[in-house]
Amino acid sequence: MSDTFVLDGEDVPFVPGQSVLQAALSAGRYIPHLCYHPEFKPHGSCKVCTVKANSGLGSRYASSCTLPAQAGLEVESATEEMNELRRTLVQMLFAEGNHFCPSCEKSGSCALQALGADLGVMTAGFRHFYPDRPLDASHPDFLLDSNRCILCQLCMRASSEVDHKHVFVLSGRGITKHLIVNSASGRLADTDFALTDKAAEVCPVGVILKKRVGFAVPIGQRRFDQRPISAQALDDAPRPSDTSRGTA
Amino acid sequence: MSKKLRVATTSLAGCFGCHMSFLDIDERLFTLLEYIEFDRSPLTDIKQCGPCDIGLVEGGLCNAENVHVLREFRKNCKILVAVGACAVTGGLPAQRNHLTLADCLSEVYLTGPGVEHGLIPNDPELPLPLDKVHPLHEVVKVDYFLPGCPPSADTLWKFLSDLLAGRTPSFTQELIRYD
Amino acid sequence: MTQTLQTILARHQFEPTRLLQILCDVQEAFSWIAPETITALASALGLPRARVEGVVGFYSFLYSDAPCRYRLLFSDNITDRMLGNQALITYLCEKLWVERGRISEDGLAYVETTSCTGLCDQGPALLVNGWAIPSLTRERLDMIAELVLAQTPVEQWPRELFAMENNIRRADILIGNLLQPGDALRAALFAAPPLGEAAESAANARSWREGLPAAEHGSMDLLEEIKRSNLRGRGGAGFTTGMKWEACRNASCEQRYVVCNADEGEPGTFKDRVLLSTQADLLFDGMTLCAYVIGGGGRGGGSTHGFLYLRGEYRHLLEPLNEVLARRRSAGLLGRDILGLAGFDFDIEIHLGAGAYVCGEESALIESLEGKRGVPRNRPPYPVTHGYLQCPTTVNNVETFCAAALVAAHGGDWYRSIGTAKSAGTKVLSISGDCARPGIYEYPFGVAVSQVLADCGAGETLAVQISGPSGVCIAAPEFGRRIAFEDLATAGAFTVFDTSRDMFEVARNFAHFFAHESCGFCTPCRVGTAILRATMDKIAAGHGTLHDLAEIERLDRVLNQSAHCGLGHTACNPTLDTLKRFRPSYQRRLKSLVFEPAFDLDGALAAARRMTGRDDAGAHLSMEAET
Repeated sequence: MSDTFVLDGEDVPFVPGQSVLQAALSAGRYIPHLCYHPEFKPHGSCKVCTVKANSGLGSRYASSCTLPAQAGLEVESATEEMNELRRTLVQMLFAEGNHFCPSCEKSGSCALQALGADLGVMTAGFRHFYPDRPLDASHPDFLLDSNRCILCQLCMRASSEVDHKHVFVLSGRGITKHLIVNSASGRLADTDFALTDKAAEVCPVGVILKKRVGFAVPIGQRRFDQRPISAQALDDAPRPSDTSRGTA
Repeated sequence: MSKKLRVATTSLAGCFGCHMSFLDIDERLFTLLEYIEFDRSPLTDIKQCGPCDIGLVEGGLCNAENVHVLREFRKNCKILVAVGACAVTGGLPAQRNHLTLADCLSEVYLTGPGVEHGLIPNDPELPLPLDKVHPLHEVVKVDYFLPGCPPSADTLWKFLSDLLAGRTPSFTQELIRYD
Repeated sequence: MTQTLQTILARHQFEPTRLLQILCDVQEAFSWIAPETITALASALGLPRARVEGVVGFYSFLYSDAPCRYRLLFSDNITDRMLGNQALITYLCEKLWVERGRISEDGLAYVETTSCTGLCDQGPALLVNGWAIPSLTRERLDMIAELVLAQTPVEQWPRELFAMENNIRRADILIGNLLQPGDALRAALFAAPPLGEAAESAANARSWREGLPAAEHGSMDLLEEIKRSNLRGRGGAGFTTGMKWEACRNASCEQRYVVCNADEGEPGTFKDRVLLSTQADLLFDGMTLCAYVIGGGGRGGGSTHGFLYLRGEYRHLLEPLNEVLARRRSAGLLGRDILGLAGFDFDIEIHLGAGAYVCGEESALIESLEGKRGVPRNRPPYPVTHGYLQCPTTVNNVETFCAAALVAAHGGDWYRSIGTAKSAGTKVLSISGDCARPGIYEYPFGVAVSQVLADCGAGETLAVQISGPSGVCIAAPEFGRRIAFEDLATAGAFTVFDTSRDMFEVARNFAHFFAHESCGFCTPCRVGTAILRATMDKIAAGHGTLHDLAEIERLDRVLNQSAHCGLGHTACNPTLDTLKRFRPSYQRRLKSLVFEPAFDLDGALAAARRMTGRDDAGAHLSMEAET
């Protein structure tokens, strides 16, 4: 038997150790998220999955990817308050980096873009930062375009936890925080990054791009052209019957 | 029939692609023309914007003239709409924003390949470029944003038909595209 | 690898958890951390190179750009500004022929600002290669400039330049205690306490231990006494100390840690500097008592180790504190079998911070202690169960440990009898700003702000910032409010502004502070604090509108709902507090328009005018649209 918590008025079962987001996705319930990936330990940096959690101790806001599921917890997610917050966070990410979708080969398969569209974001709203960020084309198989980095740390987590390489790491602080690579020259070509790395396939936006395959998929057939990210996230979520924990 | 709504359109630092997409509403243009009439627009060749209900502005701001035209639209249009990626984010022209203007002008007019005896033009007829390219909302208040490069004909149609019907424009996820 | 680098690594046993300490030593030895040094350190420590580079990039006082003989960082708290630091920065730059923020061509000098250095009562202040110099004047800067230009090593600079005042203006039970080193410890460990020589102390001490068998149940009794005292953490959050210690004691693990948070970074706070200078023994007594409690009196609870995390700005306190620790070791107050109690082993080592305010957050501090970037962790689990190296860890403020030692010496009931019902004991305030007698004031909890203002000689007071930027700003009608957890909770900063001050500029200074200190982990704080800073600068530049004020309120909502830690939650407080209480200060800067461009439009044409040589009417843009 499993315990349940309440998500937007409906019971959601969970197994101990699951976070609210993990349990919700497993139960076929979507909570918008960005830096969470089912194969990695959640760390809650993007804050898009923030929910309002009411317990006996009062109510508080928390990242649902790291909030432990607890019996009796009442979670509000699909509210205008939470979606307005999420829209603002997505707007912040768009204003912070240089996201020029029309020229980006990740367009149509980009989680940030898909999330924005799904949430109804029409503009970054804030004043754009237009940061000066490097583009590294040194690697024979990859292009590294920091302009689109949203600092979700998925590449970093994949490279250290799965690949055991530490190719990607963060440096700097605050708004100057940025991705660096594990080489004295600072060039991706001088790291041991390889096509077979897990880190090569987790970037949700257009930072780590495989060369020679850009724009291969025609518009209309790209990942998020057919189905919104909210539907695809549920496809990817590990289900109770699914023991492989793999992505679809 | 009540008075037609006056609509003005312009392209600033844009490529007229959004205007082309607007024309892509095809036969719905006939329906539209029952409700609206055009003021300043590439479609009318009216040079100065008069009092309007809706202003559709394509493109971002890359020079002083863009600023003048945008202000003219803001002053005259009850509802100002940023149409397309460039108007909403700065878009393609804003890809120069990580460079200094001096580097841009030098490269183009003085040091670029094939330039001989180069000179940076200083004709007062030419609008001066801004040091950075800006989206519209950084210079005037913008009422609605239609992202996309260009926004699809369906998106534009949905927006205008909502507005004409007195509804707050709203879009399903398929109609919101940034590319 | 150079011999120096080898020596540094050996001093730290090639231990990766000591990476930050190693980097601090390298910075001090070489005046920068060169790329090849990063590579060498990574390979010597068995760490990925990028990890070392990422840590260097996180801390303000670690530099990997270029070597520089003299890095002169002016403290840039609002109090330093009020004392004229901006003019002094310009003055020094001119003296040294350097451009602010750029290392001079010859690599000699670099002049920049840094967050509050904790010398607000004797500002303006600066750090030269990490060493603090207070009370700056043009004359003192002349001397500094001469020393720099003569390339005199900092260790040979005249001592009087670095001389600091404690400025203790009002002492109470803590600062006025007459305990000798180890007294509090002895009082808790043994039934018959030698409670110092002072009759006063003895009279104050209720003999709460009477009738108890010595040491046998001592640690449990001490815990009960701490709980009975109702002591709450002095770092600002006010968590009950006894509960924290008990949770840590009850966590199952072979190894436990006691951590003193001396990363006093809140602008306007400097009481820990004075406590570390004058009450080090009381503090170490307190930490040792904590070890005694959480380690179960050295019996069966596994071993316990202590850290003092000292903010980099207090580098000058490192050697004096290490001397105190050495003296305590030889006196049997630290080390093995403390005070002869078999199995009670505990020692303390000091770790230096390197310019990161966020490390004052306890889980970020622990990350930093582990040699990592100081990013706050996700909680739960909390440090009391999963702290340093995932072991149970008690983190307390300097003042909290000192107060705990007082409780051990004099009893919980005695302590609880001081202050208010909900706030036991005293609070040490760091008072600075517009007052005749800035400095350290210790009051029983419950003292009214008006009383404090009268005592420190403040006149014509417009506002008081309580507990620094992350606290609250109050105006004259609220000066009857009291310093206490139930009213004005504070970590100690008390910054006074008189009627000549512009509270908008105060808030703008704090907005810059938060943006500079955000760790950047979460989206709302990383981007939100940068937007807040830009918005305040926009208003300052005369381009602000009512719309911008509404945007600040929206930012505050977003930060409160979703920021990862307290830094983000409180980042908008100074702005909203001053907006609420001193709205005219904002309004007179706003354009009457509903909307204003976010930047100077005519200024945006300046580059093009320069390139084309044009200055005709068409080469300009007015700020307001032509009518």
